[in-house]
Amino acid sequence: MFTHYKSYCPVVSPFDPCKPIPEKVYSTPPNLYIGFQPPNLPQFTPLEALKAGTLWKPFYDPYFNPFEKAKGGLPR
Amino acid sequence: MWIYEKKLQYPVRVSTCNPTLAKYLIEQYGGADGELSAALRYLNQRYSIPDKVIGLLTDIGTEEFAHLEMIATMIYKLTKDATPEMMKAAGLGDHYSNHDNALFYHNAAGVPWTASYIQAKGDPIADLYEDIAAEEKARATYQWIINLSDDPDLNDGLRFLREREIVHSQRFREAVEILKDEQGKKKFF
Repeated sequence: MFTHYKSYCPVVSPFDPCKPIPEKVYSTPPNLYIGFQPPNLPQFTPLEALKAGTLWKPFYDPYFNPFEKAKGGLPR
Repeated sequence: MWIYEKKLQYPVRVSTCNPTLAKYLIEQYGGADGELSAALRYLNQRYSIPDKVIGLLTDIGTEEFAHLEMIATMIYKLTKDATPEMMKAAGLGDHYSNHDNALFYHNAAGVPWTASYIQAKGDPIADLYEDIAAEEKARATYQWIINLSDDPDLNDGLRFLREREIVHSQRFREAVEILKDEQGKKKFF
């Protein structure tokens, strides 16, 4: 199983003008890993799928503003 | 030919009057990686691509227009009652001086849309790789707009659109797999 996010730690200089962000995170969505879609993947119910934006659970990867309070959403 | 259904692909809700957000959102309306570019790119490339993937480009290109409509609705809702004073405060003074509160195809920095944002190389692999890149760039743009936005209702719609970019990228990747498949090879299932 793969993770939807990866991170790295850029160099921090004592002379950086802004407060350093020690860890930078980037998105690695499921389409990078699955290849040609295999048969019989688990599905959302039609109503859930309309809300999620995909019928297929393995392709669901919601993005939240790290500063935004989570509101509703589907269970992972 | 198209059949138009008079409703949005996903409901658009906006909870606060915030013209500044409209300024950021317009990147997905008339920007290089926006929905207009995507729709026109795919619906143009489909004429010179192998038969097996024409339908995919037609379907995705059509859906991009549905996304364009959602973005337009978001921008419209965020600005329709904004006074000139509010537009100016939101950094939309230069937009207002040309367009009033009308929408226009330009990016967040005010650069008008241009056809050079899209390509049609005629080479199926080159074109599909461009399409995959375009979907990933649009996905990233949605992430940055979600980061800039503090409107949970609006972010809900943006999350849906970002998820669609992921699925589109997946389908373009599958199209590449179809085209590179060794022809005449025996398949065993």
